[in-house]
Amino acid sequence: MKIDSQEVMHVAKLARLNVSDRDAERLTSEMNSILAYMDKLNELDTSGIEPMAHALQLDTPFREDAVKPSLSNDNALENAPQKEGGFFVVPRVL
Amino acid sequence: MELFSLSIGELAGLYSRREISPVEVTKAYLDRIGSLDGSIGAYLAVAPEAAMEQARAAEKRLAEGRGRPLTGVPLALKDVLCTKDMPTTCGSRILENFKPPFDACVVRRLREEGAVFLGKTNMDEFAMGSSNENSGFFPVRNPWNTGYIPGGSSGGSAAATAARLCAGALGTDTGGSIRQPASHCGIVGLKPTYGRVSRFGLVAYASSLDQIGPLTRNVTDAAIMMNALAGHDPADSTSAPRPVPDYTACLKADGLQGLKVGLPKEYFVEGLDPEVEKAVRTAVDTLRSLGAEIIEVSLPHTEYGVAAYYIVAPAEASSNLARFDGVRYGYRSAEGRDLAGMYLNSRSEGFGPEVIRRIMIGTYVLSAGYYDAYYRKATQVRALIRRDFEQALVKCDVLACPVSPIPAFKIGEMTGDPLTMYLTDVFTLCINMAGIPGLSVPCGLTSQGLPVGLQLLGGFFQEDILLRTAFNYEQASPFSFGKILPGI
Repeated sequence: MKIDSQEVMHVAKLARLNVSDRDAERLTSEMNSILAYMDKLNELDTSGIEPMAHALQLDTPFREDAVKPSLSNDNALENAPQKEGGFFVVPRVL
Repeated sequence: MELFSLSIGELAGLYSRREISPVEVTKAYLDRIGSLDGSIGAYLAVAPEAAMEQARAAEKRLAEGRGRPLTGVPLALKDVLCTKDMPTTCGSRILENFKPPFDACVVRRLREEGAVFLGKTNMDEFAMGSSNENSGFFPVRNPWNTGYIPGGSSGGSAAATAARLCAGALGTDTGGSIRQPASHCGIVGLKPTYGRVSRFGLVAYASSLDQIGPLTRNVTDAAIMMNALAGHDPADSTSAPRPVPDYTACLKADGLQGLKVGLPKEYFVEGLDPEVEKAVRTAVDTLRSLGAEIIEVSLPHTEYGVAAYYIVAPAEASSNLARFDGVRYGYRSAEGRDLAGMYLNSRSEGFGPEVIRRIMIGTYVLSAGYYDAYYRKATQVRALIRRDFEQALVKCDVLACPVSPIPAFKIGEMTGDPLTMYLTDVFTLCINMAGIPGLSVPCGLTSQGLPVGLQLLGGFFQEDILLRTAFNYEQASPFSFGKILPGI
């Protein structure tokens, strides 16, 4: 499969990345060479093979829904680039 | 005797007999870091005051007879592990000033042991890389030859351990990031079974592949570290609720009679550097002379490993790294008129080129219309890769093979083409895809004087068999670098 620079720009938007026209050109060529290599997987017939997303077969562990010690509001805000009155502050949304 | 030349096992013995003090050992390491790390670049942050304070606390604890095997042992931590008293950057500008409000589980366990933390080690940004050239700050240099890469992504931890800038270190391994730098730096590196060590507080790259493990100068030290690291943690739902054996109990140099060692034929193919092959085959001869039976086995899907891994890992990374958005922590760009603009600019200015490349690939292979062709296909191939190992490990107890097809290369030699670098991970990443443990132990030097590692692989939760095999090999091998200092 081939990817063009317009599609690269679309993927960048999905990933919340700003990609300049020059970077898009470079990324298009790099991604095409990587994706062309991935096409190797099509040599394999995988029909009927159960996909494996995880190394261990683990059941979801359950626990009591009990209140335990957790980060204080101050601790949680310690690394915030901008904060006010116990909240994270962000630029306007719209 | 130089204090920094003592292994973890030796330190524990001398401490328990009160022959030396953690304070003088910690001081010796800090002095050595001060005089040598400028030429290696292994550390992103050194914490001299906290380390000396921990050393004094360890001294007191030892005097009270409450010492543990790692009490007072100066260690280094890969900078992807959260530490509440030291910054945690993941080798990225986007986290340059991040100070976690909590400790990773492994950090807490080492603190409880009374270990001393010298600092945080350099790494490829977000653990993405095989050479440490992707550090957002500066590259790490190989202590055996500073013109060469130390491997990656735990290159700082490997270089610090090899250069005696710490007694041992923690690294993380998603596709080879402990074993490959251990091999390139002439030390021991162990990637435990997925789930053996808690990932709580490890900043995630690819959650289904990441594992934390030790980088040490010898096998005994790796076993001592594993005793402290392994075990279930309720805060990591993927950590295995299984008992932890005493990994040092299996360290007996009583030969390898009865052990069946499989050589996967797909790991001895064209493209394997002749000097690496010779060192590994010589090591296999040593295993045979110790009594092991050597057989050939096949891992037929090996050639699809790189393609499958570089879909699965970036896919998980693209999702994991979505959290870096300039809101709760990390770098926030001053550019951008609204929230979406702030996200775009913060991420683009904060992430380096390899991280952006992997986020892009991961986003693409998960996007509508491509998910089945790439991600689903790769996870099916992953199942085939695991089946290969399961079938091979019915025929033998341990697999022996190279870690990397090539020795360390020159800094800058491979930065032009990302795919070429990915292909060098061919012998390590299938192990993460399967979830089994893997260990690298030094087995030779190239004619250029660069170390080569022997990789040993075992079944799920069989770290003890790997350690026992590696220990017997180490005792019999002329390449026990534990005793010699690389020439810096």
